[in-house]
Amino acid sequence: MPFTHLPIQRKLMAIILLTSGAVVLFTCAAFFTYELLTFRRSAVNQLSTLGQIIAANSTAALAFDNQEDAQEILSALRVEKHVVAAALYDRQGRLFSKYPANLDVAILPAAPRADGFGFERSHLVGFQPVVQRDSKRLGTLYLQSDLEAVYDRFRLYAGIVALVFAASVFVAFLISRTLQRQISRPVLALAETARAVAERSDYSVRAPKLSDDEFGLLTDAFNHMLAQLQQLNRELEERVKERTAQFEAANRQLEATNRELEAFSYSVSHDLRAPLRHVDGFAGLLSAHAGPALDEKGRRFLTTISASARQMGRLIDDLLEFSRVGRAPVRRGLVNMDKILAGVITDGRHREDHPNIVWDIGPLPDVHADANMIRQVMANLVGNAVKYSGKNPQPRITIRAVTDAGANEHAFSVADNGVGFDMKYAAKLFGVFQRLHGPAEFEGTGIGLANVRRIVARHGGRTWAEGRVGEGATFSFSLPITPTSTS
Amino acid sequence: MSPKSNLRPILLAEDNPNDVELTLSALHSLNLANEIVVVHDGAEALDWLLRRGAYADRATSEPAAVVLDLKMPRVDGLEVLRVVRSTPNLRTLPVVILTSSREENDLVEGYQLGANGYVVKPVGFDDFISAVSHLGLFWALLNEPPPSHAKPV
Repeated sequence: MPFTHLPIQRKLMAIILLTSGAVVLFTCAAFFTYELLTFRRSAVNQLSTLGQIIAANSTAALAFDNQEDAQEILSALRVEKHVVAAALYDRQGRLFSKYPANLDVAILPAAPRADGFGFERSHLVGFQPVVQRDSKRLGTLYLQSDLEAVYDRFRLYAGIVALVFAASVFVAFLISRTLQRQISRPVLALAETARAVAERSDYSVRAPKLSDDEFGLLTDAFNHMLAQLQQLNRELEERVKERTAQFEAANRQLEATNRELEAFSYSVSHDLRAPLRHVDGFAGLLSAHAGPALDEKGRRFLTTISASARQMGRLIDDLLEFSRVGRAPVRRGLVNMDKILAGVITDGRHREDHPNIVWDIGPLPDVHADANMIRQVMANLVGNAVKYSGKNPQPRITIRAVTDAGANEHAFSVADNGVGFDMKYAAKLFGVFQRLHGPAEFEGTGIGLANVRRIVARHGGRTWAEGRVGEGATFSFSLPITPTSTS
Repeated sequence: MSPKSNLRPILLAEDNPNDVELTLSALHSLNLANEIVVVHDGAEALDWLLRRGAYADRATSEPAAVVLDLKMPRVDGLEVLRVVRSTPNLRTLPVVILTSSREENDLVEGYQLGANGYVVKPVGFDDFISAVSHLGLFWALLNEPPPSHAKPV
């Protein structure tokens, strides 16, 4: 497995063993090389010394041409087992004596070469002068030595190196195994702590501080971080709890307010209507009772009283409706808009009451909404379109839908070619009880569009309108395709 | 139309004197022969129906119908209805609720307790007259009330 991904402990051991192994090998190699380089000199020295002694002893034999003596002297070389051949050459370079006695002369050089030693074919060979005391050269000594000694020595060295290497690696192993803990333990402790934090998201654990070095520093910093995390976590939870409590309190408040409103509207629906009924009722009774005795003005006063009471009744009804629209829960389902529109037109008897209206209805998509509330919206918009086209001899009502998947909305529009409105009053259109026409022109309380806006807003949609005086108006609203949040 | 129904009174339970006056005025314009008995709260209504208390010696026969307001002091309309429907000889008595409230809870509960009709008092005078007239004509003249001594089922 690649070195980088070994566990820390193995890495450290590997490093230490490799280092110490390399050091040992390098040292041994250095010594080995030194030996290798100097063995030549020492071998030469040795042989040369030996040769000098033999040469010195051979002077008499050469001087007196005594082959027997020469033979005997050379045979002394047998004590040095590494000398495999030797020879004496006389002044003229002729072979005088050889060692061993039975040596094949072909092995020996035919004639002496220059003085000196050299290495030939894994043998050390050399020529030395045999000189008399007064430096008169008598002949040449030839020595040939094998290098077995050297080889033996090197084999011994190799064996020692191997042994030393093994031993030192073993010792290094033992030492490093103990000492690497100094490094790996703090690291492993840190890693273990980090893992515990990650797995259990438990910020209360702390890494043990095992040493006072950089690892100690790291451990301290790590623990400090954990302490801070723990603190932040606690603070966050506190804040969340606070916020939740706030929301819950606000929610309870809202619910209480809602209940109050329900009770309020209930009492309004009951208690406010009764006196109104009495106002109109007794005005009517008065009219029946004393009407003939009154003059024109008096009768008109009575009529006004009645009409006002009735108007107030309608306003109360509308206000209650508006409040209900804001309070009632939105019950969503899949709503078929084509059916809703058809139902609205039928229920409003628009075709029967206004047969000259041309209806231009496009296909409408299904929506996720409260069917009842959306029906109210359509009834309102269609009703308005019909009402405000009342003065047009050729009224035309166009109903369309456009789906914009990117903006996640269906947009519906109801357009008429009736009396229209001035765009500078557009902002007032959807206000509560806001009207752009007096009751003499068109009846109504001005609550319809406010209801439309409120219902559409509760579904997460928008309402808007465009118009031109005398040319008509288009009222539009959007509903989200996939529901977002409601009120 | 059985002759008996002409003699049977109509009980009107209504606490507000103005509403009483308006209702009576509307009913009188129909020239009904039936007597209109007025009680001003639920307790009085029950006393009259059950012939107890001040009405222990009530001679008149069982009413053709009860016109019942809901919001009355002491005992309210729904409670009266509850008692009527759980009293054996009154269980089949026609009861019409005539109230200002259009609240859904009242509608639901009224019918659940077995009201025969529910009319919301219109604010407009003409509409009010019309509604009360229709009520009177139907329950006093057109409708056949259950026989007086019908055995409870």
